[in-house]
Amino acid sequence: MIRRTTLSGHTFEFPSLSDLLAKATPARSGDVLAGCAAASAAQRVAAQTVLADLPLATFLEEQVVGYEEDDVTRLILDTHDRAAFAPVASLTVGELRDRLLAWAAAGDEASISGLAKGLTPEMVAAVSKLMRNADLVAVGRRARVVTGLRSTLGLPGRLASRLQPNHPTDDPLGVTASIVDGLLQGSGDAVIGINPATDSPGQTIALLELVDAVIRRYDIPTQSCVLAHVTTTLRALEKGAPVDLVFQSVAGTQEANRGFGVTLELLAEARAGALELGRGTVGRNVTYFETGQGSALSADAHRGVDGRPVDQQTLECRAYAVARHFEPLLVNTVVGFIGPEYLYDGKQVARAGLEDHFCGKLLGLPMGVDVCYTNHAEVDGDDTDSLMLLLGAAGCSFLIAVPGSDDVMLHYQSLSFSDVLTARQVLGLRPAPEFEEWLARMDLVDDDGRVRELTADAPAARALLAAARS
Amino acid sequence: MSSVQGRNGHSGPDPWAVLRAATRARVALGRAGDGLPTARELEFRAAHAVARDAVHTPLEPDVVRAGLGDLDVLEVRSAAADRAEYLQRPDLGRRLAPGTELPATGADLGVVVADGLSPRAVHEHAAGTVLALLERLPGWSVAPVVLAHQARVGLGDEIGAALAVRAVVVLIGERPGLSSADSLGIYLTWDPRPGRVDSERNCVSNVRPPHGLSYAQAAGTVAALLGAARELGASGVALKDEGPALPPGAG
Repeated sequence: MIRRTTLSGHTFEFPSLSDLLAKATPARSGDVLAGCAAASAAQRVAAQTVLADLPLATFLEEQVVGYEEDDVTRLILDTHDRAAFAPVASLTVGELRDRLLAWAAAGDEASISGLAKGLTPEMVAAVSKLMRNADLVAVGRRARVVTGLRSTLGLPGRLASRLQPNHPTDDPLGVTASIVDGLLQGSGDAVIGINPATDSPGQTIALLELVDAVIRRYDIPTQSCVLAHVTTTLRALEKGAPVDLVFQSVAGTQEANRGFGVTLELLAEARAGALELGRGTVGRNVTYFETGQGSALSADAHRGVDGRPVDQQTLECRAYAVARHFEPLLVNTVVGFIGPEYLYDGKQVARAGLEDHFCGKLLGLPMGVDVCYTNHAEVDGDDTDSLMLLLGAAGCSFLIAVPGSDDVMLHYQSLSFSDVLTARQVLGLRPAPEFEEWLARMDLVDDDGRVRELTADAPAARALLAAARS
Repeated sequence: MSSVQGRNGHSGPDPWAVLRAATRARVALGRAGDGLPTARELEFRAAHAVARDAVHTPLEPDVVRAGLGDLDVLEVRSAAADRAEYLQRPDLGRRLAPGTELPATGADLGVVVADGLSPRAVHEHAAGTVLALLERLPGWSVAPVVLAHQARVGLGDEIGAALAVRAVVVLIGERPGLSSADSLGIYLTWDPRPGRVDSERNCVSNVRPPHGLSYAQAAGTVAALLGAARELGASGVALKDEGPALPPGAG
């Protein structure tokens, strides 16, 4: 169906829903690479104008990726909750934006959060394309998503972090040193999560046992994760390893997920295995997913109906539909890792990070962000500082943190442990409640809750340093 | 963590050294409030600056030519007009600029020296690696060395096809890391032509003496791979026992 509008004397036509969504997307290099980006600033606003008048119900009738050929589309439509959709069923995309902003201004978290299962990824992507950065922050912070396993995440006024202690050879002592460094700086309440250098069941089990031992030794209210492929985690589960969380990277099309070597059935099987272990104390969320704009395009799996390219932000939202089906504890977008051919500079990375957080939260996900960059992108520490603080203001559930911003295994720069302290300090945010109590018990924070600058002979430092000696 | 490191009253070694000795990660940096102490902050910035400069330094053909001595050298550009377009359009970096002409040589081997993501790596290591490689290939006829600007690995397919060579070796600057801005990668493709995929190549990575592979080590491995590829009539995963296939994202 062709949709058109006239702007400044020029008529713009959009031959398909996917074309309309792509042309309405704020500028980014990945959509240029895919050949679906707006050709001019005027065409972009024309598309946004048409999109604003589109009834939300259109997305239930017309698909960007076909129902018959794609299991993500089937998952989205087959699990759509008409009752949750009812409050906004008669609205257009533009009217949804206005309604969300009104609810956010009134602090009406229940109305915003109640929509989650009634919204499809395409609806959420569409409304995000009409929003400015501040809109994404204002509404994002009022979309409440609380999850738990051994710590509780997503509560108001809290900002958690994933402690990422990667090492180029998975050396146990090297990993432990980074864990101790992070704990001493109040990091790790979302998860202590390692990207293994080698994806094998043996290595995964060794790392799981290592982190589990640290968590038990110091009685830390958090969870571990080794971010191996789901099939590797399944093997670890079979062998009785202490698996808290099943991890998997997911994408927004069946074809891209096939590229990751993953099916919905595999994810369901692994989740069931982790649930069976009953390792939670405050909740039963046992999955963790990572996503990122551009992953489908990089796998050449970004096309939908009639072979048309789908913009990377809409596909990213479709990945959230996969994630939410498995009731995750954690989901984060890795924004800036994939390279400048998908997100070129600090402006594009910031925009994408705020979109991903907003869209994930609106769809009901416990959304975190890996605020990061590579050396060939036009991004630096100032850009990541800005996005970090915006995400803190947006109520982001958790941030990724590595020692000194330098991941020596994956070779990219993320936030540091002290960056997270800065975000908490500047914005008045606190760690997860169980973890905050633990920090106090360990004498790692002062009476105001600020993480101490310890000397190495302080009892708390000596206690944790012992883990790196043994 | 401590703002008073080294002045903590211990007579023995710095206790934080336990952490630092265990990993190359940037642990035990200390803090200035909730930020980094100035010295640590500047160290990080310096590492990033060196990596950024490695990406954006233009390829200087004379530097490479000087190192190659008497070898014939041709120069080409990809379809990416400048660095900004190169970084955003990897597809253009895999195609030759329109109108590019190369002689059909019928030689056994084509050698492409490509700027990639670190022209600095090319300046420092490409010529030495090419000479070490050719020394190890007696009896192979070799086309003129092609210097390629704004080039990705895949550009070697089109160059190799135009040169009508049986195999092409692309030496290319790898994406700079914080501690390795001058790393050169080498990619071997048998029967190069547009449409080859990454799994049909073999890769030797991290050529950067003295920290990474030496020219002799890298050249020895590539020469062995070339010999095996000639036997097999193919490269890539088919050569899996001889060397690693292309790492993800390298193309």
